[in-house]
Amino acid sequence: MKPAPFDYVRPASLSEVLALLAKHKDDCKILAGGQSLVPAMNFRLARPAVLIDINDIRELDYIRSDDSGLTIGALTRHAAFHRSVVAGPLGAMLSKVASNIAHYPIRQRGTFAGSLAHADPASEWCLVATTLDAAIVAKSTRGERTIAIGDFFNGTFSTDLEADELLTEIRLPALGQGWRTGFYEFSRRAGDFALGMALAALRFEAGIVREARLGVGGVSDRAIRLRKLEARLVGGAASPQMIDTIAHEAWASVSPIGDIHATPEYRRDLVATAVRRALAEAAA
Amino acid sequence: MASKINIDLAVNGTSHAVSIEPRRTLADVLRDDCGLTGTHIGCEHGVCGACTVLVDDKPVRSCLMFGVQAEGKAIRTVEGLANGDTLHPLQQAFWENHGLQCGFCTPGFLMLSAGVLEQNPDMSDDEIRDVLSSNLCRCTGYQNIVKAVQIAARELRARPRV
Amino acid sequence: MSYIGRSLRRIEDRPLLLGKGSFAADCNAPGHLHMRVVRSPVAFGRILGVETAEAAALEGVAAIWTADDVAGLPPIDFRQMGLERLAPYRQWVLARHYVRYVGDPVAVVFAVDPYVAEDAADLVFCDIEELAPQLDATAEPVTFMPDIHLGLLSEPAVIRRGYGDLDAAFAAAHKIVALEVKVGRHTGVPLETRGGLAVHDADTDVLTLYGAAKVPHYNRDAISRMLGLAPGRLELSEGHVGGGFGIRGELYPEDVLLCAAALRLRRPVKWIEDRKEHLLAANHSRDQVYRLHAAVDQRGFILGLKAEVFTDQGAYVRTHGTTVTDLSAAMLPGPYVIPAYSVEGHIRLTNKTPAGTYRAPGRYESTFARERLIDRIATELALAPVEVRRVNLIAAEAMPFDRGIETLGTAVVYDSGKYRDLLERVLDRLSYDRLQAELAARRDRGEHVGLGIACFVEKSGLGPQDLVRIKVDGRGTVAIVTGVASVGQGVETVLAQICAETIGIPIERISVIHGQTDRIEIGFGAFASRVTVMAGSAVKIASEALRDRALETAAKLLQTSPDALRLSGGMVEAVGGGASLPLGDVALHLEGAGGLTGEGRFVAGHMTYPYGVHAAQVKVDPSTCAITIERYLIGYDVGRAINPMLIEGQIVGAAAQGIGGALLEEFVYDENGQPLAASFADYLMPTCHEVPAIEVLLREDAPSPLNPLGVKGAGEAGINAVGAALAAAIDAALQRPGAVTQLPITPARLHRILRGPQS
Repeated sequence: MKPAPFDYVRPASLSEVLALLAKHKDDCKILAGGQSLVPAMNFRLARPAVLIDINDIRELDYIRSDDSGLTIGALTRHAAFHRSVVAGPLGAMLSKVASNIAHYPIRQRGTFAGSLAHADPASEWCLVATTLDAAIVAKSTRGERTIAIGDFFNGTFSTDLEADELLTEIRLPALGQGWRTGFYEFSRRAGDFALGMALAALRFEAGIVREARLGVGGVSDRAIRLRKLEARLVGGAASPQMIDTIAHEAWASVSPIGDIHATPEYRRDLVATAVRRALAEAAA
Repeated sequence: MASKINIDLAVNGTSHAVSIEPRRTLADVLRDDCGLTGTHIGCEHGVCGACTVLVDDKPVRSCLMFGVQAEGKAIRTVEGLANGDTLHPLQQAFWENHGLQCGFCTPGFLMLSAGVLEQNPDMSDDEIRDVLSSNLCRCTGYQNIVKAVQIAARELRARPRV
Repeated sequence: MSYIGRSLRRIEDRPLLLGKGSFAADCNAPGHLHMRVVRSPVAFGRILGVETAEAAALEGVAAIWTADDVAGLPPIDFRQMGLERLAPYRQWVLARHYVRYVGDPVAVVFAVDPYVAEDAADLVFCDIEELAPQLDATAEPVTFMPDIHLGLLSEPAVIRRGYGDLDAAFAAAHKIVALEVKVGRHTGVPLETRGGLAVHDADTDVLTLYGAAKVPHYNRDAISRMLGLAPGRLELSEGHVGGGFGIRGELYPEDVLLCAAALRLRRPVKWIEDRKEHLLAANHSRDQVYRLHAAVDQRGFILGLKAEVFTDQGAYVRTHGTTVTDLSAAMLPGPYVIPAYSVEGHIRLTNKTPAGTYRAPGRYESTFARERLIDRIATELALAPVEVRRVNLIAAEAMPFDRGIETLGTAVVYDSGKYRDLLERVLDRLSYDRLQAELAARRDRGEHVGLGIACFVEKSGLGPQDLVRIKVDGRGTVAIVTGVASVGQGVETVLAQICAETIGIPIERISVIHGQTDRIEIGFGAFASRVTVMAGSAVKIASEALRDRALETAAKLLQTSPDALRLSGGMVEAVGGGASLPLGDVALHLEGAGGLTGEGRFVAGHMTYPYGVHAAQVKVDPSTCAITIERYLIGYDVGRAINPMLIEGQIVGAAAQGIGGALLEEFVYDENGQPLAASFADYLMPTCHEVPAIEVLLREDAPSPLNPLGVKGAGEAGINAVGAALAAAIDAALQRPGAVTQLPITPARLHRILRGPQS
C-alpha cells in the first residue's frame, strides 16, 4: 500500500496553481487535506502523475461571514468548525455536523472544499451544501464561474468541475432570525460514513414554518434535497403528525443503494428515521 | 524511480536532512529516513491511528501525509514525549493503569492524547472518550486506555500552565 | 513480600511507552531487499502463465520468483500430527496449477525498496483462466483441483465424535428441539501486520528470521525441513509482537519465501505485510454452521444432542489442520451434563482465504450454538432460560468430569469447577430478579431492552510440556529463559511474579527471555491460553530448584543448616535474624560449579478447564437497528490469579473482540468470490465507542489440581460467550425468542428480523 510515483509541486500562489492545472489537467490532482485522496493513492486506486499541493496558498484559508452568509475558502479544515464560526443557528449546525465527520485527527487535515470536490455521497458537507443551496466558486486560467449546487454533483465521486478548475470557495446562505436546524446521522460506528442522514432547517414565525430546507445523504449517488417536502412543511407548525407524514413521504421518495453495510430496504427506513429526527430537532 | 527531493525535517526539535521521493508517506520517512521507529504503521489508509504524530501541535495520521509536506513544520513523535528519564504523565498513566498490552497502538494513542489535551486541556471524560474513538486497539478493549488518559488529563490540569 | 496475586504494573512496558519497541518492521539489516507478494486477483482459476519480464526490467528489482523458481519447496505442513490423508490440501508457498482464493500468492518480487517492489509487483501479469468458485460450505462438495488431484473433493475431513446412547435419549425425549445457527467469517486482525527480516550470516552460516511469533521453535523446525537446513543453521527470534490472537505466528508461505530468498539471494530480505494483504492472506476464522437436534425431558434437561457442524475452511488446509472443527466437536456440550452426544464436523474447502484458529477457536462458535439451543429449549418448554441452564449444568460433586471425548490428542476431563455456584454469583451480582423486573418495566414504557446470559467452559494449558532455566548472576539479577512466546499478553511480568515470589527477590531484578530459539532447545509457544499454566508452572519448579540450591550453598557458607535460612529481598537470611548474604554472592561462589541456576520442566497430559458466565444487557433502537450494550458482566473462575489486573485486561480485551465478531466484523464475499471487506473502512472493528465498560467478577473457587500453581488460562474467557450473550439479550430486547440465529448481528440483519424479508 505504497503510492505509485508522482511529481510533486507546492506552488506559492493561486495563479501558479491555476497555471499548473491548465497544464496538467486530468494528469494531476489537487492535494489539500488528502484524507480521501491519499488513502486512494495508497491503495493505488488513484495514480495522479502530478500532485499539486495547495496547502501553502494561505489566501485560500479563510471563513468570512456577512449578512448574506458564510464564505468558506478552499483550505478551511473540518476542525475549523469545531467551534461555532458564526453566531446563530448556522454556526451551531455546522459545528454539530463537523463532529460527525470521521475522527479528530482526520478533521485536522481534511477540508470542506475537498469533501465537495471528492463528492462522496455519504459526505456530511455535501449534504449541508445541497440542503442549504450553496454556491460553488471555481477558478481556472480561463476565469471564474459560480456553480449552483444543484448543478455541481454529477454522481458518486463526480462533479461539474473541469479538469483545469480549482474549487476555491463555497458560499452558504445565512440562516438568520427564526431559523432552527436539525441534523441526524446513522453510521455503523461513530465516525464511519453515514448509512443515512438528514439535515433540516426551518424558519419559524410565530410558530409557523415560513421557509424550509430538507435534505438526505448517504442514500444514493449524491445528497438529495427534498424540495416537494419542504413546500409541504411551509405554512404548518411542523407538528409531530406532520413530521411523521413528511418522514413517510421521504421514505417513499428515495431509491436507496445497497452495499455490504446496508440493504436498500434498510436504508430507506433509515431515511425516514433520519428525516423524522432531524425535523423533530429543528421543530423542538 | 522518481527523482528525490532534499528537505530538512524538524522532528522532536532535531533537524533531519533527508533525500526522499515525494511519494514517501511521512510515516515511512520518520521510520526509515529519520530512524524513528516509534511511530507505527497499522493500516496505511488513515483508519487505525497507530501512526498518529503531531504536526505543528495537531494530531494527524502520518500515513496520510507525504514526507515532503512536512517541510517547515514542527513534528513530534512518541520518542519526544518523555522528558529524559521522566515519563510524560500520559506514559506514566498508561503504565500504572495497564493501558497497553502488545504496545503496537500505544504511540498513536499517546500522541493523539498529548496533542488533544494540549489544545483542549479541559475536555470532559466523554469528550476524551470521543476523541479516543479515533484510534484502534485490538488488545485492551479500551477500558484502561480511556481511564489512563482521563487520569493523565486531570494531572495535567493540576499542573501550573505555562 | 508476596508477588502472586498482586496487580503489579508490567515490567515489559517501558520501551513500549517510549517508542523503543522492536516490532518486525523495526528490524533492518544493511543492504536488505524488500519482498512483495503478487497475489491472485480471482477466487478460482487455472494458471496459464505468469509474465514477469516487464517487472524484472524495472530499476531496483533484484529478482522475481514464480512457482517454477521454488519447485523444490514442499507445501506447508500441519502442526498437528497424523493428518497424512489431508496432505493434498496443503498450500504451496507459491500457487501451482490453480489459484484458489483472492490473495493466493502467485509470485514474489525482491527489490531495493518497498515502493519499488510494489511498482514491480503491479507489472507482473497473471494469466488465469477463471473458473466458477465454491463459496458455500454447506453445499455439496466439488472438485478441489480438477485434473491435478483426480476425484479429490472439497471436503478434506469429517470429524466424528460421540458418547452415550443417543437412540435411547431420543426415544425417551419429551420433545425434540431443532436449531440451525451460523457464525460469520471474521478473525484476529492484530494491529501489527505480519512481517519479518531474514538475515544469513556467511561467517557462521546461520540464517536468522527476526519477527517470529507464537511458535518460534516449531516454525524453526518446519522451515528447516522445507529448506533442507541442518539443525543449528536456522534460528528464529521474536521481538515485540503486535498482537497474536491465534493467527499471527503461524507458518505462512511468506515466512518460508523470506528464508529461502535470504539464502539464495545472499542478501537480507525483509517483508512487511500491508493491511489489505493482511485481510486477504492471513488466516480467517469462525465461519461455521451448526445444525442441532436436542432430545429434552420436561425440565429442559438435555438427554441427548445430535450435531452437524460445517466449517468453511477456505481455500486450503493450513497449519492448524482440523483443530477448529475438532475443538468445536469436543467443546460443544460445554458446561452441561448431556449424557449422550454425537457430532459430525464437516471441514469444507471454499474459494475464500484459508481459515485457522482465532482466540477461543471452536468455542466462540459452539458456545453461540449451544447457548442459542438452551434458549430455544426454554422457549419451547415455556421455561426460564436460567432455569434450563441450572438443570443442565454439571454439579461440582461430579468433578473431575470425564466428557468421554478426545480433542487435540488429549481426553477432555474437566479438572475442577463450581459451575452452578458461579452462575448464582453472577445472577447475584446482577440482582437478577430485580434487574429483570426493571427491564420489563422499561419495555412496558416502550423501550427495547433485554438481558442475556450464557455459560461456557474454556480449555487452557495445552501441553505437552515447557522448559524454563533461571540463572542468578553475581549482581543478584535474575534471567529467566523460556521457550514460550509473548504476543503482548504480559508473559514477562507474570513469569517474573512467580519467580519473585518463590525466590524472594524484587521483581525489578528479573528479566525474561522468550521466543529465542538459540537460547533454549525447546519451546511450545503461546497459544491455547497455555503460557501461565505451562511456563508458569515450569518457572515455579525451576525457582524452587534454584532456591534449594541457594539455601544449601549459603548454609555451607554461613555454617548453618538450610532449614535455618530463607530467601527474602534478594538476600539469604537466617530465619531468626542475624547473618545474611546477598543472593549474588551465592551466585559468585557457585560460578565455578555452573552458577546459581534452576531448571524446571512441566509436563501436562491433560488440559485444564476454566469456566465462566457472560451477562449482557442491551438496548435496541428499532428505528435505526442500532444496538447499544448498556451493561456487560463476565464471571470467570481462573483457578488462581497471578496478576488480577492483567487477567482483567485479557478478559476485557477479548470481550471487545467478541463484540466485534458479534456485531461488526465480517468478511463478506460477492458471488464471484471477490472479498468486499478488504480495508478497515469495510472490516469494522470496535472503537472505544462500541465497547462498554466490562465488569469482571474474577473468582478463584476451583484451582486446577493439575499444576503446582492451581492456575488456569485467562486468554479466551472474555471472548467465548459474547456472541451467545448478546444474541440472547437482543432476543429479549425485541421480545422475540430465537430471533437471532446468525452472527454478526449487523443493523441490516436486525432490520430483516424486524421487518421480515422484503422484495
